[in-house]
Amino acid sequence: MAEPILEVRDLVKHYPLTQGVLFKKQVGAVKAVDGVSFTLAKGETLGIVGESGCGKSTLAKVLMNLERATAGQVLYKGEDISRLSGAALKAVRRNIQMVFQDPYTSLNPRMTVGDIIGEPFEIHPEVAPKGDRRKAVQDLLDVVGLNPEYINRYPHQFSGGQRQRIGIARGLALKPEIIICDEPVSALDVSVQAQVINLLEQLQGEFELSYMFIAHDLSIVRHISDRVGVMYLGRMVEIGTDAEIYEHATHPYTQALLSAVPVPDPTGREGRERIILSGDIPSPANPPSGCRFRTRCWKAEERCATEVPLLAAPTLLTGDARHDSACHFAAEREVAAA
Amino acid sequence: MSTVADQTRPAREEPWTGPLLDVRNLHVEFRTRDGVVRAVNGVNYSVAAGETLAVLGESGSGKSVTAQAIMGILDMPPAAIPEGEILYRGRDMLKMSKEERRKIRGQKIAMIFQDALSSLNPVLPVGFQLGEMYRAHRGSNRKEAKAKAIELMDRVRIPAARERVGDYPHQFSGGMRQRIMIAMALALEPDLIIADEPTTALDVTVQAQVMDLLAELQAEYHMGLILITHDLGVVADVADKIAVMYAGRIVETAPVHDLYARPAHPYTRGLLDSIPRLDQKGQELYAIKGLPPNLLRIPPGCAFNPRCPRAQEICRHEVPPLAQVTEDDGTPVAGRGSACFFWKETLHDG
Repeated sequence: MAEPILEVRDLVKHYPLTQGVLFKKQVGAVKAVDGVSFTLAKGETLGIVGESGCGKSTLAKVLMNLERATAGQVLYKGEDISRLSGAALKAVRRNIQMVFQDPYTSLNPRMTVGDIIGEPFEIHPEVAPKGDRRKAVQDLLDVVGLNPEYINRYPHQFSGGQRQRIGIARGLALKPEIIICDEPVSALDVSVQAQVINLLEQLQGEFELSYMFIAHDLSIVRHISDRVGVMYLGRMVEIGTDAEIYEHATHPYTQALLSAVPVPDPTGREGRERIILSGDIPSPANPPSGCRFRTRCWKAEERCATEVPLLAAPTLLTGDARHDSACHFAAEREVAAA
Repeated sequence: MSTVADQTRPAREEPWTGPLLDVRNLHVEFRTRDGVVRAVNGVNYSVAAGETLAVLGESGSGKSVTAQAIMGILDMPPAAIPEGEILYRGRDMLKMSKEERRKIRGQKIAMIFQDALSSLNPVLPVGFQLGEMYRAHRGSNRKEAKAKAIELMDRVRIPAARERVGDYPHQFSGGMRQRIMIAMALALEPDLIIADEPTTALDVTVQAQVMDLLAELQAEYHMGLILITHDLGVVADVADKIAVMYAGRIVETAPVHDLYARPAHPYTRGLLDSIPRLDQKGQELYAIKGLPPNLLRIPPGCAFNPRCPRAQEICRHEVPPLAQVTEDDGTPVAGRGSACFFWKETLHDG
């Protein structure tokens, strides 16, 4: 693997729950992200999947330093950026940018497209000197496939897919090395999603970008990612290459998640075996002891309640099944011919 | 649940053998300050008992407006229905009195909405809201209504229904709230359920639970189901037949297996091709070029023509009718239609 550009070690983000008005006392914490580790190589796309409440968006915010980590490290080229502030933080942030989910609320409706895309240059004037900015913005519009003449238009004059392109242009403005995409296509129509995915892939080749691609649509994540991490209730439960995760998943949660995805092909739908999980995701304020998935897991035994399974490659498995999985009973599932 | 049925279900009317619901040439428009928005332009579809019709389309295709017209919950004005018929068991609902329609709505045709949280009243316990169905339509007293609410919650597998009947909507998770919406739709044992994006707001594992439940209940009560969605995966899982909508028109109708195997309209083909497939990893995804049209300015001719790889001169002038799709030897394929002048070529492509 190429050298890691981003390395995350035991990252924790807890939001305190307090009681009382005058003498606030902490009565607990929402454990949104609770000990997550992974690496992102240069030019690589790491997909992060998981259901709502699993902590994937909080993870993005902590990586961007929009939220302070409670504990753990975020190493950017070997330097811990999770404790930086002031000028040092500003300098690092230039290299890590974000594309948000909702192109309707993440663009200021009172700013022109030129001002939105050019705003990063106000904060980092060294990237584009004042005189060149208009030209730089027009170049960016062109790169993301919008007409450069649209520079004076407002966001409401664009469709959802076009707005997402504006968001991407803003993310590219400072020539970052890493872009964190938080559900970049889930608000878009099916026929437009493919256009935006293609744009992201094309830009990655052109600018040697590393992506962290957070989404809940598993087929899109597989298409764009080199490696995929699966999160559940603040923990990474399984991580590996796309083939390892999608074809040789060993964690029961990943298996359930994959089997729940509706397949866009009616052939053989009667014979398809589906794992239907019982119950709902527990509250992150009071997660189950031991393995967090045990309350919904069909493999759970006593050991799962007392011993936290570590994210490691199970020594008993071989081939593609041998990748990091946080389960005491990690094993491939016998898949009935679909 | 059988006890609820025995006590409350009125004697069935004369047996009806035709489709439960038959929508014919339905037009819906909205008169706005900017002009007339033609949201639905001549839609035809029908559903029989026990059958699942999936209406597939993107935002602005008119799929939800059609459903709202069927339910009679459009705000008129600004909406208007200048043309068309909505036949329920052979009778046109658009010609019925308000009172008659009210009796059908909820009792015969029920609807499940996408967003359960905003469809439930936040200041009333869910049990009260479920019981209201029986109090309003069946004249039950409070005690009976509560008992039936508990029964319904059990029926849609809400754990500890007896303890939770007094809880408020915000105390339930998204999946549980959608179960309550399903329970409410089922309460009066309708013949037909219209589900408008019932699982779009839910996570995949919860979506699987909810779709399973819906399919099971549909089979048990032999109900018709109209499933409105944009998700090609969900459709492939549950539908018997499909109507694909684009810019207020049905562009293709087909039994589920035919549609996925051999689409007969370039729009359907484009949608299916843009799903990421395994063997395409690392390659560019197929993308339908351009954007869905603005309904104030639907392109003349075929509304899809500016985005269509197959468009010819005729497509820019003439609106293609929904043509019967036939085999090569000319035998018509049951239930298949395509609103494309070049459906034959599309069918034989790939």
